[in-house]
Amino acid sequence: MMTLDELEIGKSGVITAVNGEGALRRRLLDMGLTPRTKVMVRKVAPMGDPIEIHLRGYELTIRVDDAKDIEIERVAD
Amino acid sequence: MIFALGGNQNCGKTTLFNQLTGSNQHVGNFPGVTVEGKRGTIKGHPDVEVVDLPGIYSLSPYTSEEIVTRDFLINEKIDCIINITDATNIERNLYLSLQLMELDIPMVIALNMMDEMRENGNTIKIQKLSEALGVPVVPLAAVKNEGVDELVEIAIETAQHRAKPAVKDFCSGAVHRAIHSVAHLVEDHADRINVPSRFAATKLIEGDEPMMNALRLSDNEKDMLEHIVTEMETETGTDREAALADMRYDFIEKVCADTVIKTGKSKAHERSVKIDSVLTHKVWSIPIFVGIMAVIFWLTFGVIGAWLSDGFTVLIDKVIALIDMGLTSYGINPVVHSLIIDGVCAGVGSVLSFLPTIVVLFFFLSMLEDSGYMARVAFVMDKTLRKIGLSGRSFVPMIIGFGCSVPAIMASRTLPSDRDRKMTIILTPFMSCSAKLPIYSVFVMAFFAPYLRPVMMIFLYIFGMVMGVLVGLVLKKTAFHGEPVPFVMELPNYRMPGFKSVVMLIWDKAKDFITKAFTIIFTASVIIWFLQTFDTRLNVVTDSSMSMLALIGQLVSPIFRPLGFTDWRAATALITGFSAKEAVISTLSVLVGGNINAMLPTIFTTKAAISFLVFTLLYTPCVAAIAAVKRELHSRSMALLVVVGQTVFAWCVAAIVYNVIMLF
Repeated sequence: MMTLDELEIGKSGVITAVNGEGALRRRLLDMGLTPRTKVMVRKVAPMGDPIEIHLRGYELTIRVDDAKDIEIERVAD
Repeated sequence: MIFALGGNQNCGKTTLFNQLTGSNQHVGNFPGVTVEGKRGTIKGHPDVEVVDLPGIYSLSPYTSEEIVTRDFLINEKIDCIINITDATNIERNLYLSLQLMELDIPMVIALNMMDEMRENGNTIKIQKLSEALGVPVVPLAAVKNEGVDELVEIAIETAQHRAKPAVKDFCSGAVHRAIHSVAHLVEDHADRINVPSRFAATKLIEGDEPMMNALRLSDNEKDMLEHIVTEMETETGTDREAALADMRYDFIEKVCADTVIKTGKSKAHERSVKIDSVLTHKVWSIPIFVGIMAVIFWLTFGVIGAWLSDGFTVLIDKVIALIDMGLTSYGINPVVHSLIIDGVCAGVGSVLSFLPTIVVLFFFLSMLEDSGYMARVAFVMDKTLRKIGLSGRSFVPMIIGFGCSVPAIMASRTLPSDRDRKMTIILTPFMSCSAKLPIYSVFVMAFFAPYLRPVMMIFLYIFGMVMGVLVGLVLKKTAFHGEPVPFVMELPNYRMPGFKSVVMLIWDKAKDFITKAFTIIFTASVIIWFLQTFDTRLNVVTDSSMSMLALIGQLVSPIFRPLGFTDWRAATALITGFSAKEAVISTLSVLVGGNINAMLPTIFTTKAAISFLVFTLLYTPCVAAIAAVKRELHSRSMALLVVVGQTVFAWCVAAIVYNVIMLF
């Protein structure tokens, strides 16, 4: 098991679980970060945080700390 | 008829709203709450009003905009929801649609950006999508005004037939059973508060507290609800919130698999990725941002704006000279002549001449926002802003603050946490608004050599930001040390801002500014003229230092002795500046009489002028901004705190600055 923050730039994974709670978690779910969704890490902001991810055909930015709540399984591109 | 226009951010909602209403729009508050929304009547249908809802992604109970939207849709008698969606990003856009459909209000889905879809060689089977969702779907290209008329027709038809969304069962299995059981369980309660039971059920299963409180379930019913939810959680192997989000996206994926035909990649998306390889580059993003801002400021204040303003000033002076000539040849009473020329014309004219500069500044700011670049700035700056306890999203209101604090304070509404909102609102006035620009320019022109002027202007702006950061750090350590907030933000594709939207926004700002010049500034100028023309026995004074105004100014001016300026006119200008910052200059123009640039050095030494500028930069925001603070924070005492706090802070900083520069 790994989390989204551990994924290298340009690599993809499939979400297995979204942890955390409250407003943040709900927001992640609302934005489409639901189990079985494929995400790709597009880039890391200049100062190392936040990260930019690609999912469901669009770009989303989340913080590294929050990415730790997203469990993924690595997949081939 | 009333239509509500709702949809995600960045899907062309404002563009569609402008196409629908043309210039028949006005800003109003949503009933009972402080979130403002635009309203307007639809072109060619004067009996149809359309309300622009906030741009949202969901109907969760976590952000004020989402709560406002759902309360508005439930409580107001809406005849039809026009749900605008971005066809190029359809999965996430339909997520909100499914929730809106549960509200059981007639609804039409406007599928925007179909022109882009075509360009990319992709299509959506409109008929099939409409059948799958149970609501009419209308293809649209809002920017090109394609499909707008059809949309209006279909929306009116849907409203007339009261055609509610036909398909509501997006669920299956355990979630399906849970929703139906809960819907039955709470039906009576939901009817009582006029909420569709299906919507109430979904929200209860999601664990939505506002809905729970509104329904006032009995303990027994709460137990049953929890039992149903627990059963569903065990069966689906996930928790209540994830189960429902999952259910919606599952349904959407199935629908999209049947209806969306993708043969080509999105060109706009590929272009955005390319642009971002430069604009959010690891090394270059920050220098580029600084560069872009520098160019904007240089163009606004140095090139276009200044050039336009100079021309405009000549024009205004010509008009004033004409009025002056007319009045003189008519042989009007000298006191009335003085009121019109020295009072109204001097005051309003001095402010009006900055109209072009302000319009240019707003033009650039709106280009930054509408193109999608602001979101990138938030992405790049997030970590920096976190050091003062904010998120990258606070950066956007702050940048808008360079235009005007009022929209900036209102823009802070999109921030997800109360703490962020408060702090952003408090820090926004440190970004010098465009109304302070006339003050800076006039003083810098009067006191500094041409080569020093741009440096001084930039110094003032940066000084404000530095003070903002310091205050931010202090606030973070004291009043606002709290939880970090979610920073989950879409980075939309770059898009060329619609010509019409930009023109309308600029027209709006110009109109606001002109209105202000002829209302607040006009009144202030007349009052100032009156107070400086008469003494306490209402005799016309020969020298304004004998006037009522001088009396008031002299009472206040000792306060500013440690700041280096004691002239009563300076104190008076600062007082009137509270009504609007432009009034500082209009007041000084009225008071000094004649050429303000030549006269200012008779009131201030250069060092005192710097201290005066620092004080004006930092002291209380104008009445309009304070009213916005009060509205947004729902708190009179917070607004008062801003007024007093910032004025005291400004006094201290200006005193320090003055005494330090006196050492040299």
